[in-house]
Amino acid sequence: MSKSLNLFAPALGGTALIVGVAYGISTKNYGAQTIENLEAQLASSQAGAETASAKVQAADAEITELMAERDALEAAVASGGGLTQPAPASDAPFNLGREALPEEVAAWDVDVLPDGRGLPVGSGDVWTGEEVFVEQCASCHGDFAEGSGNWPVLAGGFGTLADEDPVKTVGSYWPYLSTAFDYINRSMPFGAAGTLSADDTYAIVAYILYSNDMVDDDFVLSNETFLDVEMPNAGGFVLDDRAELEYAHWSAEPCMSDCKETVEITMRASVVDVTPETEEEASAEHSMAEPETETEMAAEAPQEAEVVEAAADPALIEAGQGVFRQCQSCHEIGAGASDRTGPQLNGIIGRTIGGVDGFRYSNVFKDAAETGDVWTAEALDAYLADPRAAMPGTKMSFRGLRNPEDYAALLAYLQSAGAE
Amino acid sequence: MDDFAKTSRRAFLRGSAAVAAGSVAGTAAAQDAPDPLITELQDWATFTGYGVDETPYGLPIKYEDDVVRRNVAWLTASPISSINFTPIHALEGTITPQGCAFERHHSGAIELTKDDYRLMINGLVDRPLVFTYADLERLPRENHVYFCECAANTGMEWAGAQLNGAQFTHGMIHNMEYTGVPLRTLLAEAGLDAAGDLSDKWVYVEGADASSNGRSIPMEKALDDVLVAFKANGEALRMEHGYPVRLVVPGWEGNMWVKWIRRMEVTDAAVESREETSKYTDVYEDGTARKWTWEMDAKSVVTSPSPQMPITHGTGPLVISGLAWSGHGKITRVDVSTDGGANWQTARLGKQGDTKALTRFYLDIEWDGSPMFLQSRAIDETGYVQPTKEALREARGENSVYHNNCIQTWYVNEEGVAENVEVS
Repeated sequence: MSKSLNLFAPALGGTALIVGVAYGISTKNYGAQTIENLEAQLASSQAGAETASAKVQAADAEITELMAERDALEAAVASGGGLTQPAPASDAPFNLGREALPEEVAAWDVDVLPDGRGLPVGSGDVWTGEEVFVEQCASCHGDFAEGSGNWPVLAGGFGTLADEDPVKTVGSYWPYLSTAFDYINRSMPFGAAGTLSADDTYAIVAYILYSNDMVDDDFVLSNETFLDVEMPNAGGFVLDDRAELEYAHWSAEPCMSDCKETVEITMRASVVDVTPETEEEASAEHSMAEPETETEMAAEAPQEAEVVEAAADPALIEAGQGVFRQCQSCHEIGAGASDRTGPQLNGIIGRTIGGVDGFRYSNVFKDAAETGDVWTAEALDAYLADPRAAMPGTKMSFRGLRNPEDYAALLAYLQSAGAE
Repeated sequence: MDDFAKTSRRAFLRGSAAVAAGSVAGTAAAQDAPDPLITELQDWATFTGYGVDETPYGLPIKYEDDVVRRNVAWLTASPISSINFTPIHALEGTITPQGCAFERHHSGAIELTKDDYRLMINGLVDRPLVFTYADLERLPRENHVYFCECAANTGMEWAGAQLNGAQFTHGMIHNMEYTGVPLRTLLAEAGLDAAGDLSDKWVYVEGADASSNGRSIPMEKALDDVLVAFKANGEALRMEHGYPVRLVVPGWEGNMWVKWIRRMEVTDAAVESREETSKYTDVYEDGTARKWTWEMDAKSVVTSPSPQMPITHGTGPLVISGLAWSGHGKITRVDVSTDGGANWQTARLGKQGDTKALTRFYLDIEWDGSPMFLQSRAIDETGYVQPTKEALREARGENSVYHNNCIQTWYVNEEGVAENVEVS
């Protein structure tokens, strides 16, 4: 089963060996000369014959050894192996690592196979699924799994796979339902992976199926009903057949001259114009367009920096940066921060609630913006403690900060990283 | 000039300004007046420079600060689940420095210490095992140079020329020297007797990050050349490349090179995870999709001249430099055309590349200033010839997203400005 282990001997290793063998041969010749000289001396003097004889024997032994070494090296070269060798395999284990405990395997081995192996016991219905989905998933995937921004569309797209822009959803494309359960259970929600219960995962998958018109609203998905669901595109895949369909056609000696009569440009990237500019180019344009703004900002900046510096506790800021990981899948902060699933957070304290131009806020934030309320540390704390209680109807799918000490740390980080 | 992308024009102007101060374009021109850089005492030749330890871990000099990874923001929803691109246009040789090797994360790059690192092997094995990082360092290791290419490299070009720069069209690739333990060694530690006949078995691999990015690897590949690697280019893996341990799956699509690898499970079937069903499958014109398209077919690209690397020196000697690679083995030959594929010349290989590693190629020409349509065509040791974009489209349509290894065309005009085009 395993392929030859001697595939890796590079050309250089071979060269080194040949040099080594040549050296061995020349040493042997030199040894032979020495022996002849010694024998001549023996014959003429007759003195110290025993010692000389011993020396000859030693030299002979050395020659034999060198010849054996040469033979071994030559054999190694001939076999394509040599000094450069793959890591040795061992029939007897190295006995490294330790036995995995059943609890450890259970904690990490949660994958689910197409035939349902690996599914936990549990169940969830469509209506529960809708609630959980709206709370946990909709901020990226839309209330009806229709997708938001560049985030994946999970529903619809039937009959589009042969179109110019196929819409590949759980319903229209995914061949196995196990994939949806497996992925959601392990890797979703984005930014809080591994936090869903088995029942909630069943419920979410049930809701996604409902959004795809694949089940009715009274459907309950469980480890027992799982294999009853038929995936519409289960038969839509073929195994890699490039070897048969392509490689044979694309392996002929290619044309080298006069291969075409004319060469005309049929399309150019500059027409599409989607290549990102370098920062240098972008800032050059920016400074030409808005020189006054930049000067104003430069004049304001030092004062604010002083305020932040006075208040900043580096350890607290660093701790806050850790807390911010719970936020960063949706929010950006700092130089160049832009709106993502959530608005950018620069200058959040003192900023109008719902006040970032161009961000698509939920209604509760739009209302707040009209009243002109601004974010205070207290308001932010209350919102982060329980987002849906503080701002009913918010699209932010965050369950709230759990650790009391996280609030001050996060605030310090937001003020430090988002200082304008 | 108006026809060309802003990017190209600016790159060209920047380049021109840089050379204008030094010399006249073209052949070795006579110098009218003594060069003050030679005749006048320069600061750097009289004052002392920086002492040692100025930067305990060195970074490129500031004059090279444009040679960085770049992101194409509109491609993805969030930089946390996104990709950026190696500046291959500005690199030479074949080894990619880790600091500018492209990144692809599905749930962001994580900070995982060696002490907190655990690697589990379970499933159809005789002994389910847990290894620490220190355990891995005690097993016999190997060094190999391999390229890692995202299956989506050049994916934006299926429907037409889109992005103006080799970095953006071909930069989802890097090439490093890895140090690691063969996967077969680790599997042998756990024992494969329990798996019985290995010919239909799989090794499912997953990472420690929130995405886990699970992939199923057929046992034959797992026992062949897959490495569990902990060093790249002689130093620890960078965070963004999976520190402290990643999988190296030579010649196969980058998505299978699981970073922060934490678990390997021997199974009797592919898991059919999200990354191997809903993603990394290739939709064809009739709507059916090809799956398990693991190998990266032979491919090449001219890295200079290219849209980000215009010719700024005028006519005369010109080095056409490029990269070629194949997931099926060694590159044996690269042809270069300067007239859009009508006529080809066999390029000089900078050095015979290793199997499944980047090979550098060169064509050294006298440029007469006439416009060029630069193309390169790689041939690998299986005899496979890199196809044209038309041939690929005819075989697969335009919706595959992945595995676009077509011949790329750069149009270089009389001024040396280069642009991404398609030609008849």
